[in-house]
Amino acid sequence: MKRQIPVVLVGLFGLFMIFQYFVPHESSEWIYEFLLDWTIIIGIFAMALGLWSLYRVSVEKIRTRKPAWGYNYLTLVGLFTMMLFGFTSQNGEAWGWFFPFMVAANLTLVMIIQASVTKGHRGLFLGTAGVCLAVCIVIIIFDDTWGFHFETAEGLQSTMFRAFFDNILIPIFATMFSLLAFFIASAAYRAFRARNVMATLLLLAALIVMLRFNPYFGPLSPYMSKASNWLMNVPNLAAQRAIIIGVGLGIVATALKVILGIERGYMGKG
Amino acid sequence: MDIFEKLMKLDRRWVFLFLIAVCVVTYAADFEIPVLVEPEVEAIFNFVDTLPAGAAVMIPIDYDPGSLAELHPMTYAIVEQCWRKNLKVVFSALSQNAPGMADQAIRDISDSLKVEKEYNGVVYPPREIVNGVDYCFLGYKPYPAIIILSMGQNFRLPFPLDYYGTPLDSLPMMRDIQNYDDLACVIDISGTNATDYWISYGQGRYGFPLAIGVTGVSTAQYYPYYGSGQIFGIMGGMLGAAQYEQLADNPGLAKDGMRVQWSAHMMIIAFIVLGNVGYFVSRIRARRGERR
Repeated sequence: MKRQIPVVLVGLFGLFMIFQYFVPHESSEWIYEFLLDWTIIIGIFAMALGLWSLYRVSVEKIRTRKPAWGYNYLTLVGLFTMMLFGFTSQNGEAWGWFFPFMVAANLTLVMIIQASVTKGHRGLFLGTAGVCLAVCIVIIIFDDTWGFHFETAEGLQSTMFRAFFDNILIPIFATMFSLLAFFIASAAYRAFRARNVMATLLLLAALIVMLRFNPYFGPLSPYMSKASNWLMNVPNLAAQRAIIIGVGLGIVATALKVILGIERGYMGKG
Repeated sequence: MDIFEKLMKLDRRWVFLFLIAVCVVTYAADFEIPVLVEPEVEAIFNFVDTLPAGAAVMIPIDYDPGSLAELHPMTYAIVEQCWRKNLKVVFSALSQNAPGMADQAIRDISDSLKVEKEYNGVVYPPREIVNGVDYCFLGYKPYPAIIILSMGQNFRLPFPLDYYGTPLDSLPMMRDIQNYDDLACVIDISGTNATDYWISYGQGRYGFPLAIGVTGVSTAQYYPYYGSGQIFGIMGGMLGAAQYEQLADNPGLAKDGMRVQWSAHMMIIAFIVLGNVGYFVSRIRARRGERR
């Protein structure tokens, strides 16, 4: 039964979603909207699972002292800090006791992690976590200069949330992505060798596309541009179209296998 | 090892060093790279430029800070053009870090609108951009395919409240906007596979005019959709953004970045040529050696 019920449900809903596409009736539309709502709700639960999974994996790495395990504290403290800043709509005028609260909240987290990764002194860590948590609660009760806003996204306007995003997250991501330019340059230098006819064609195509808008080729510039447009709109389009059609057929085949219960990998068993 | 063999086996740290040197020097230098405009970028500009005042355009911001250098300039150029022409803009974010990007872009472009500017010979007076009147930011929800399908039914299904917590029905501009039928077009700026979802589940199912702005590396894969007419325009990478800035007569980050990108490309081409010279000379020498 454990396996049959999910297979039947997947089959029913999968077939409904296919037929619904061709039935523009009001009741069909209503069920469709209802199901879309449910999918979003289930998806949001998956985010909670993701958070729990990140916590579990990080704690496990700390417990087993995997290489660079210390960074896992940073991951969890960073996650917790951004979440707290995201929940409060403080705009920088009256922070009150928010920062002591933040320190106490993060200490609570670290103590809980310590309690779960160490064999000795568990009581000490849990006790400290309890004290830190009590401090957090006291601050929340008595400091009314700021508040949590769980029901709206108002917290995302918090100055600290924005400052962290603009000044920490954006530069980190941008740096990571810009490193790609160096690897591409190195890879292009090594890989683009005219070893045979196919490699020569690839090399020439790459050079034309890279040089397509070079304004310093004088009278050759428009021809380079035309050649590049032709490459993009004819050979590239034909190859990409073949790939897309192939992938599309593969997706249809896999979806049918899932709907008909042949493919059951999504249940965790083949 | 002679010079040709060295050319073939140059340590990659030299490539890195040259690249960083070229980027830094050309960033500091002051010269401009002329930009030639492609028809697929011009199509987007012309579409937006001919929309009547008051029309609504949807601009999903589906990229993370990693794609900022290529995609932020597109957002800035298009949104500024829309607001200068009194178009209404619906923003959404279907990538986890995209709300921050959209929030930053909205703040910056709103500030830019506060001063009088002249574009293509037309003087645009300063104006205040008002949330709910000039734009609506729907915010982020996970699972782009589902959200795109839901918005086709009604924007209120996945987003009963906007990013700032206001019910959509309370926003003046959203009273007449229920779903994609009430929009002039959707211009997806994306550094993720959300573009595929916009094409398959959005344009494919609901048939609205769709244009895309994507990163340079993923531009080639979307040409089939341009050829089939499923999208009416493509902006590819920083070059696409620079072309749009050129058309909008609003030079910004992309046009500024073109000289760095151009110089880096020239350097890479030079390294490729050098590598091939080394390869061919070594091969000719090896053949001669075999004959002897």
